[in-house]
Amino acid sequence: MKCPKLAHKILATVLLAGVTATASAQMMINGAGATFPYPIYSKWFDEYAKVDPSVRFNYQSIGSGGGQKQILAQTVDFGASDGPMTDDNLTKAPGKILHIPTVAGAVVLTYNLPGNPALKLDADTIAGIFLGQIKKWNDPKLAALNSGANLPDQEIVVVHRSDGSGTTFIFTDYLSKVSSEWKEKVGNNTSVNWPAGIGGKGNEGVSGQVKQTPGAIGYVELIYATQNKMPYAEVKNSAGQFVKPTIDSVTAAIATANIPDDFRFSMTNAPGKDAYPISGATWLLVYEQQKDATKGKKLVEFLKWAMKDGEKMAKDLDYASLPESVQQRVLKRIDEIKM
Amino acid sequence: MAVAASIAVEGRSVQARMGSPSRFGDKAFEWLTLAMALAVVVLIILIAWQLWIGSSVAIKKFGFHFLVTSTWDPVAEQFGALPFIYGTLVSSLIALLIAVPLSIATAAYLTELAPLWIRQPLVSLIEMLAAIPSVILGLWGIFVMIPWLRDYPFPWLKRVFGWTPFFNGPIYGPSMLAGGIIIAVMILPIITSVSREILRSVPDLQREAAYGLGATRWEATRIAVLSYAKKGLFGAVILGLGRALGETMAVTMVIGNTPQIAASLFKPGYTLASVLANEFTEATSDMYLQALFEIGLVLFGITILVNLLAQLLLRTIAVKSATRAVQ
Repeated sequence: MKCPKLAHKILATVLLAGVTATASAQMMINGAGATFPYPIYSKWFDEYAKVDPSVRFNYQSIGSGGGQKQILAQTVDFGASDGPMTDDNLTKAPGKILHIPTVAGAVVLTYNLPGNPALKLDADTIAGIFLGQIKKWNDPKLAALNSGANLPDQEIVVVHRSDGSGTTFIFTDYLSKVSSEWKEKVGNNTSVNWPAGIGGKGNEGVSGQVKQTPGAIGYVELIYATQNKMPYAEVKNSAGQFVKPTIDSVTAAIATANIPDDFRFSMTNAPGKDAYPISGATWLLVYEQQKDATKGKKLVEFLKWAMKDGEKMAKDLDYASLPESVQQRVLKRIDEIKM
Repeated sequence: MAVAASIAVEGRSVQARMGSPSRFGDKAFEWLTLAMALAVVVLIILIAWQLWIGSSVAIKKFGFHFLVTSTWDPVAEQFGALPFIYGTLVSSLIALLIAVPLSIATAAYLTELAPLWIRQPLVSLIEMLAAIPSVILGLWGIFVMIPWLRDYPFPWLKRVFGWTPFFNGPIYGPSMLAGGIIIAVMILPIITSVSREILRSVPDLQREAAYGLGATRWEATRIAVLSYAKKGLFGAVILGLGRALGETMAVTMVIGNTPQIAASLFKPGYTLASVLANEFTEATSDMYLQALFEIGLVLFGITILVNLLAQLLLRTIAVKSATRAVQ
C-alpha cells in the first residue's frame, strides 16, 4: 500500500512541475536548414533574446535539403536554404512559401603552387580546369592571364566537394551560366557528376587536400579561405574586371543582380563592375499564411529585426549583408505575412 | 519419525510456497526475453520495409540497371550504384587483408607469449583505439596519414609493384588504398579483442597435450590453439567485416569520393555509406532521394548477403574439421 501512495506523490509532483514549466515557458520558434549561415543565425537568435526575452529560437543546421523538406512537411516554423526552392518543390507546399534572403557569401578558388603567386582566372579557364580540359598549370590560356607569374609545368589536381552543398550549388550555377559546355555536360545542383578530380568532404576536406597536394586547385567558402589564410584567385567578372573576392565585392554583386519579386534569384556572374562573379545568397523560408497567430507575429517581428539590425552584424562574421535597396524590398515582403 | 515428518511437511510447504510464483517468474522471463529477441527481428524487417518504401519509385524506374551501371548524375537524375558497390567491397577487402593477420597475431601474442605485466596495458591501449571517434580518425587520415602515405609507402609500392595494375598511375593521396587502411585501423580493435577472448577460452589441456607430444611453442600455438579456435576466430573476422562494410565518416574523408571503377588502388574510390553521408542532407529532388534510399537498401542487402556467405563458409569449415576428426 505504501508504494502506490509514493507513486501518486511522484506523479503529482511531476505533473505539477510540468504545468508550472509550461506556464512560465517562453515561446519556442523552431527552424531547420542550411549550415552555411548557421554562425550568423545563432548570433542573431542570441542577440534577439535580449530584444525580446519572451521568445526563443531553436535552429537545427541539418542542411538545405532537410530545411526544404521540413518546411514542406510543416514540422518547423521556418526553413533555411542556400538555394532557392524549385517550382517543383513549391507546388508540393500546402501554402505559399516566401523566400526571405538574409546574407550572402562568396565561393573562392584556392590553390597550391610553389610560392603561391597571385593568380588570375576567367570563366573560360575555370570551366576548362574543372572540365578536365586544361591539365597543366603552364597551359597557354592560364599563362596569358598571368603574364607576371611563373606557372610551373605541373599537373593540375582538381579538388571538389564530395558532399552535397550550397557551395557546390553556387559554383556550378556560375559555371553553367558562363560555359555552355558545362551546362550541357554537367549542369547545376548541390552535387553533380564531376568530370574531373577528387572529392573532399566539407570545406575542411577540400582545403586539406588542396594544402597537401602540390598543383591542386579547389573551391571553398570565402570565410573558410580567409580564416585559414589560404591563397585565392581573382576572377574576371562579366564587366571584364578582375575582382578579388571580398565581402564588399559580394554586396556589389547582389546590388547589381537581377532580383525578381519572389526573391528566388541567382547572383552569380552579376553585371556590376565591382561584382565578384561566384557568390550566392541564403534564404529563410516561411509560409505567407501563418497557422499560429501569436507565433507568426513573433516570427515577423524577428524577421524585421534581422533585416534592420541583424544585417549590421553580418560583416563581423564575414558574411556579406544585403544592400539597403534590397533590405527595403524584403521588409515590404515580410509585411505581407498574414496571421 | 516426527522430525522426519515435519521435515517432509515443511519441504512440501516450501515447494508449495515457491512453486507457483516461481513458475510464473519463469514464464514471465521467457516471454520477456522472447519479446526482446523478436524486437530485434521486427526492427530489421521494419528497416528493410522502410528502405523499400523509400526507394520504390527508383527501383521501378531504374530496375536492375541501378546495380550494374556506373553513372551517378544528380542533375540529369541518372543513377547507377556499381562504383559504390565496388568501392565498398574492395575497401573492406583491403581492410581485412591488413587487419586480420595483425589482429590475430596480436591476440596470439597477448594470450600465448606476452609477459604478464605487459598484457593489461596493451589490451587497454587496443581498446582505447576503438574509442577514438571516427571523425577524429578521418582528420588524422587527412592531415597525417595521407601525406605520409603519399610521400613514403605509396611511391615504394609503385616502384616495387608498379608492373601490376593495382599500384599503377599517378599518386594523389586520397585513394581506395588509403580508405582501406583507415578501415583496417578501425576494425583492428574489435577483431583483436574478440580473438583474444576466443584464444583465452581454449582449454589449457590442449596446450599441455601439444607440449606433452613435444611440440615447440610455435607448433603448440598453431596446432593446439589457433586451429582449435578457428571457428571462433572466423566469427571475429566476420564481426570486423560487418563494421568495415558500414564504416562511413573516416572513409569518406580519405577515399577521394569519386564514383569510378579503377584497378589501381591509388585511384580515388567511393563507398555506399560515403555517398549516403555526403549527399543525403542536401538532396532536394524526389528521384535523387529515392536513389539514395536505394543505396541504403543495397548496403543493407550486401551486409546481409556477406553475413550469410560467412555463415555458409563457417559451416563448411566446421563440417570439414569434424570429418577430419572422425578420420
